[in-house]
Amino acid sequence: MSAYLDHNAGSPIRPVARAAMARMAEASHGNPASIHRMGQAARRSLEAAREQVAKLIEAPARTIVFTSGGTESNNLAIFGAARAAGESRRHIVTSSIEHSSVIAPVADLEGSGFSVTRVAPDRDGRIAPEEIAEAIDDRTALVTLAIVNAEVGTMLATAPIAAAAARAGATFHLDAAQAVGRIPVAATDLGCDLMTISAHKLGGPAGIGALYIRPGARLAPVMLGGPQERGLRAGTPNLIGAVGFGAAAEEVARTRPDENRRVAAFAHALLSHLRGAIPGLRLNGPEDGRAANTINVTFPGVRGESLLIALDLEGVAVSMGSACAAGAVEPSHVLTAMGRSADAARSSLRLSLGWSTTADEIAYAAAAIARVWRRVAAAEPLRDAEALR
Amino acid sequence: MSARVLVAMSGGVDSSVAAAMLREQGYDVVGVAMRLKTDAAAAPARRRAACCSYEDFEDARRVAERMDFPFYVVDLREDFAARVIGNFVAEYIAGRTPNPCVMCNREIKFDRLWSRARALAADFVATGHYARIERGPDNRFHLLRAADSTKDQSYFLFPLGQRELARTLFPLGAMTKHEVRARARALGLANADKPESQEICFVPDGDYAQFVARAAPPAQIRPGNIVDAASHAIARHAGVHNFTVGQRRGLGIATGAPRYVRSIDAASGDVIVGARGELTSAGLVAAQVSLVDPAAAARIDAPLEVKIRYRHPALPARMRLLGGDRAEVRFAHGGPAVTPGQACVFYRGDEVLGGGFIERALGE
Repeated sequence: MSAYLDHNAGSPIRPVARAAMARMAEASHGNPASIHRMGQAARRSLEAAREQVAKLIEAPARTIVFTSGGTESNNLAIFGAARAAGESRRHIVTSSIEHSSVIAPVADLEGSGFSVTRVAPDRDGRIAPEEIAEAIDDRTALVTLAIVNAEVGTMLATAPIAAAAARAGATFHLDAAQAVGRIPVAATDLGCDLMTISAHKLGGPAGIGALYIRPGARLAPVMLGGPQERGLRAGTPNLIGAVGFGAAAEEVARTRPDENRRVAAFAHALLSHLRGAIPGLRLNGPEDGRAANTINVTFPGVRGESLLIALDLEGVAVSMGSACAAGAVEPSHVLTAMGRSADAARSSLRLSLGWSTTADEIAYAAAAIARVWRRVAAAEPLRDAEALR
Repeated sequence: MSARVLVAMSGGVDSSVAAAMLREQGYDVVGVAMRLKTDAAAAPARRRAACCSYEDFEDARRVAERMDFPFYVVDLREDFAARVIGNFVAEYIAGRTPNPCVMCNREIKFDRLWSRARALAADFVATGHYARIERGPDNRFHLLRAADSTKDQSYFLFPLGQRELARTLFPLGAMTKHEVRARARALGLANADKPESQEICFVPDGDYAQFVARAAPPAQIRPGNIVDAASHAIARHAGVHNFTVGQRRGLGIATGAPRYVRSIDAASGDVIVGARGELTSAGLVAAQVSLVDPAAAARIDAPLEVKIRYRHPALPARMRLLGGDRAEVRFAHGGPAVTPGQACVFYRGDEVLGGGFIERALGE
């Protein structure tokens, strides 16, 4: 028996996406940019996929640019918006709990002369929209924030931010990689200029993503070359990936409310069981106002690293913070920004559910986590000094 | 279900072959690479590479992929800093010459890592050490030299007792280094011809004195005099941590005959030097003495051999246990320079009986 509880790192590919990709791999030889009929067939498939993705976020197809994934979309949004902003706009507003593919481009721009306001979250990981709004002025080039935080699942209230950005003429970018499929996301309602979508977080393949670009939004290309994707993303598109993305998006658009309810019920059951079995277990993030699929918890008296490995050997896949280049786990910067000590962050794991999660998986995981926690806590207790900190 | 064994993997050929062989023997192998070094402990030039020892970990990971067993990097930096590096620095400051590899075995690989192994429901810990473990008919465990005497690492393993030996595997103990490399090639391991590491892992440039000077609180650095046997000061020095018994180079004195460090008095800061012939000693007192099988303590009181440095040959000696985990060792013939801080390991033939850390030399 096993349980996959790491959907925020990547969801399994949905059968509909798998089938669509297999069909495309067999059928297509064409490059969508080619003039011949094979190229035209490829182009038709690409545009159908674009339509499916657009529909999922209730936007017109022409607002969707395909990229290689969430990281590229974030890079394109941040560098592209910064380059397109006028010389007088050299300020970026973001938060301290963003994904590394937002943190690193923003830090790079900071190194080349941009000033950056990084708003910290409260203890539950919530970013106050008023604080963001106050930081925006007529020198702000870009506001870049996640709608749903990848590690704790907290959700952003976007309306006041969208209004402030629009008033100041700043570009508003939302990283919706963890949001699309987990909560309702309608690009036009959110009032953003740019929005990142990732395929493999919603059951499509890795290696494909998209950036929603509101008509009229200021954006310079980052990947230069051919005129693909309306000149905003050069390079032959990943057609097979796009088709898988489209099929997954189409299924999500159809099934999301039911799927979200099912996942929320599983997550609730899992958290309740763990709370009953593990005294002192602590949820990181708010009880409500969270993407229900994400459970980030601090386990008393154990190192998360030990628990993660021990669980993996029992067939339960979970995650912790991020990994360094060599594959060692590092405490989550999101948890430390939320005021957790480095030790508490080191004792925390993220359990994230998704479309493929079953009741059997949850029952197995709930029992295994409680059992393995008891074993790890007994075999490798944190030293007193660590526990007291 | 097969027994689970946690294999400590460095990315080198020895631990790689150890893991691969256990996998072939049907064990449920879990490979771990230990992240031990903090950024501050790495030499500046190597800091980036040493942060995660990325290349070494990748070598280990490739072995795990090829042999199809799970592999993880475990973070033991805090334990290593406190229990190994901290001890290393404190020993040099105290005028002794520590052996951090022994300390790492005692504190990290066969203690800390064992706790991790139990957390992971493992039955054994294995390493690529060249040494052998044998179980006697009375179910007592014996620690023996490796079959390859040129690679024998039993010296570094003397702190292991019955409890540790019962749950430890040394798959390479009966093999020569040549055979290990051949085995690695036969298994298609990419690191089959990887050169061996020689230096202490957290001081890759080998400059221990500079490492200690950087790591120790400045107030603890003990400068003083280099003095001769008659207590005449010959020169000043910048700290006792710059010296080890038997050292000849870098004394900063220009006398006719070569001078060697005879002893170090950290309390006064005196570094006592003398001629080569003055370095001999009759024996030593060891502290933190442990026996591989305390039940066999009676066997200690008979001629045995002691090794007082890894690369020294074993010397015939007699020893007796004193109170407080101490032991007195008398060499059968005049002994060489005795270096406080180094491990003193008791052998009888191929068997390790135990050992301790040298506290002081005994005069003629």
